[in-house]
Amino acid sequence: MSERLGVRKTYKLVVNGAFPRSESGRSYEVRDAAGALLANAAQASRKDLRDAVRAARAAQPGWWGASAYNRGQVLYRVAEMAEARREELADQVVAAEGVERAHATATVERAIDRIVWFAGWTDKIAQVYGGTNPVAGPYFNFSIPTPSGVVGVVAPAEDSLLGLVETVMAPICAGNAVVVLASETRPIPAVLLGEMAATADLPAGVLNVLTGRLAELAPVLADHEDVDGLDLAGAGEMRADLAARGAGSIKRVLADDPRDPDAAALRRIRAFLETTTVWHTIGQ
Amino acid sequence: MDDHPVLASPLNALDYDPAPESAAVAHLHESYGLFVGGAFTAPEANEQFATLNPATGRALATVAHGTTDDVDRAVAAARRAFPAWSTRPGSERAKYLFRIARLIQERSRELAVVETLDNGKPIRESRDIDIPLAAAHFFYYAGWADKLEHAGFGPAPRPIGVAGQIIPWNFPLLMAAWKLAPALAAGNTCVLKPAETTPLSALVLADIIQQAELPPGVVNIVTGDGRTGAALVEHPDVDKIAFTGSTEVGRMIQRRAAAAGTHLTLELGGKGANIVFEDAPVDEMVEGIVDGIFFNQGHVCCAGSRLLVQESVADEVVRRLMRRVDQLRVGDPLDKNTDVGAINSAAQLARIRELADAGEAEGAERLTSACALPSEGFWFPPTVFTHVAQSHRIAREEIFGPVLSVLTFRTPAEAVAKANDTTYGLACGVWSEKGSRTLWVAERLRAGVVWANTYNKFDPTSPFGGVRESGFGREGGRHGLEAYLDV
Repeated sequence: MSERLGVRKTYKLVVNGAFPRSESGRSYEVRDAAGALLANAAQASRKDLRDAVRAARAAQPGWWGASAYNRGQVLYRVAEMAEARREELADQVVAAEGVERAHATATVERAIDRIVWFAGWTDKIAQVYGGTNPVAGPYFNFSIPTPSGVVGVVAPAEDSLLGLVETVMAPICAGNAVVVLASETRPIPAVLLGEMAATADLPAGVLNVLTGRLAELAPVLADHEDVDGLDLAGAGEMRADLAARGAGSIKRVLADDPRDPDAAALRRIRAFLETTTVWHTIGQ
Repeated sequence: MDDHPVLASPLNALDYDPAPESAAVAHLHESYGLFVGGAFTAPEANEQFATLNPATGRALATVAHGTTDDVDRAVAAARRAFPAWSTRPGSERAKYLFRIARLIQERSRELAVVETLDNGKPIRESRDIDIPLAAAHFFYYAGWADKLEHAGFGPAPRPIGVAGQIIPWNFPLLMAAWKLAPALAAGNTCVLKPAETTPLSALVLADIIQQAELPPGVVNIVTGDGRTGAALVEHPDVDKIAFTGSTEVGRMIQRRAAAAGTHLTLELGGKGANIVFEDAPVDEMVEGIVDGIFFNQGHVCCAGSRLLVQESVADEVVRRLMRRVDQLRVGDPLDKNTDVGAINSAAQLARIRELADAGEAEGAERLTSACALPSEGFWFPPTVFTHVAQSHRIAREEIFGPVLSVLTFRTPAEAVAKANDTTYGLACGVWSEKGSRTLWVAERLRAGVVWANTYNKFDPTSPFGGVRESGFGREGGRHGLEAYLDV
């Protein structure tokens, strides 16, 4: 009996809850750590990026408008989907990063636990970062943390799964919608996360994943006037240029390297939170 | 809203005797040096430029133009002072700030007169708002200096280092307090650059800082123009820039800070919408609209410069509003009866005129207060535009003057859409007796501050700042500490 011929998977973009190829028709070769061909990934165009930003903008009010409890459950559901696909994720981490299987498994488990951690934040943020303010006058005054809106993420280049989870889940748990540029050389875990999010009832457009050339896409993302924030974790040498481009529309830019994970994650959550302060008169 | 005719107010027939505050209380010097390393430099060491009284157009004093070298010396002084200041017990830093708060209170009359002379704002406002709030800010942040570990930014939050702080001319002393108080409480040292047209109250504050015996170099004050500010922004040893001013300059500063990796907070322009629903409490609402746009001559980044009024009551609201606007007393800022003072500078007056003329040219209807204007100095009458479209420049651009644009809406959703149809997002007002609707609207406004049934209220405990192109970071409250902590 001959060996069964495998069914190969085409890795596509994740835009507005759908899985399109690039409108440009382009693809590029993704190679494993040893240099063998892993897949042809979609090479997103500027048009794909603009479509993704439009989808994110449209989706964000609904995501923020859902109850914090509901958002937490949806993100926990993403962790459930990831748990069920641990083996597949670990395979891809081994292939992309060339690490030992045990190391890859630990990375995947850590990433899933981090998704659970972020899921738990959705209904704590308002209490931890908001509050009432004792103003000197007959006013009820309170501050609520509100999402910046649409956040563009340049995902870490090396740490293709864990780094991705940190940079994407922080703004999403705070009520933002995200357009992420996946690691250029290791994009497959990002596409998988996008697939899991789509099957976890994350509303279409809240997480959009683009694969392709950073040098082509990142400047367009940083210049886009309808993007409110930028996380440049994976921007490498482009970081200063992208941060300066963000000034064009006064974007919130997180350009530093993470330090200890929990502190860095809280910084990531705060980076894309605004504070809205409401004064209301008190009287009879 | 009732249907009773609005009678001409009997107040129109009454005249007030002038009640001027004494300008001599200001104790101004002829010329001022820079405050660097705890001491004033000799005025003659620098090129001097005049700061004018906008109510007369005449010079009040001359101040030093800080050069790149001066900025360098100020930053070096702040750097030298940083290790000792940042490691001093918080309880000790707190006591210095309490001292400054008390000294501001003790010298409040002098400060109010200085502010009104230099800025042109009514003495009623500098006396009752600017100066007391400046003292309150120092008092509030003094208490934080030894409680930073409880502020929610981890167990051992650290200061950032040397902060360069650039402030505008609309609330000179209050903006200095907003910048300095949290920075010092958190353990930073500061170089403050006051606005070119309003440097005097910051120089009195320098004197207060000397009286408080703050260690030399912890606060340095360098007067000058945009070039001085640029030198501060570009200085390689500045760790943090805090800027309040126009979005245009904010963009340039953000580009520069991005390249250098400098910490940054920005408090920029706005085009605030004051949203009036048909059930709004009438008298309070009319006063609130007036306060929203004519407070401080409209030189307020969060001014309610767009009035969005529900169509069913629009005519009535405009009628009552104009009756009130006609009663505003415009004139001598030192007169305690004055409601609206002088425009801060000739340049700002030209900008206001240009935009108001554009409003007329684009087809809006101009209603001008009947008040008489003084013959010398810089003045612009309180002005209301009706029949304004979203596309008009006066509905989109920040005028920063006493000019209100009136637009209408039918539904709450339309009000929200129109309010958010701007690249800014600083402040909005909502007027309604229906709390559930007010909160529904507040939730949907893209703005850093929402005032419900009030407007232009400030408090040291209340975080203030913008979203979108109105900037980022907060001033005031626990949130205001984050801007000066490396967390």
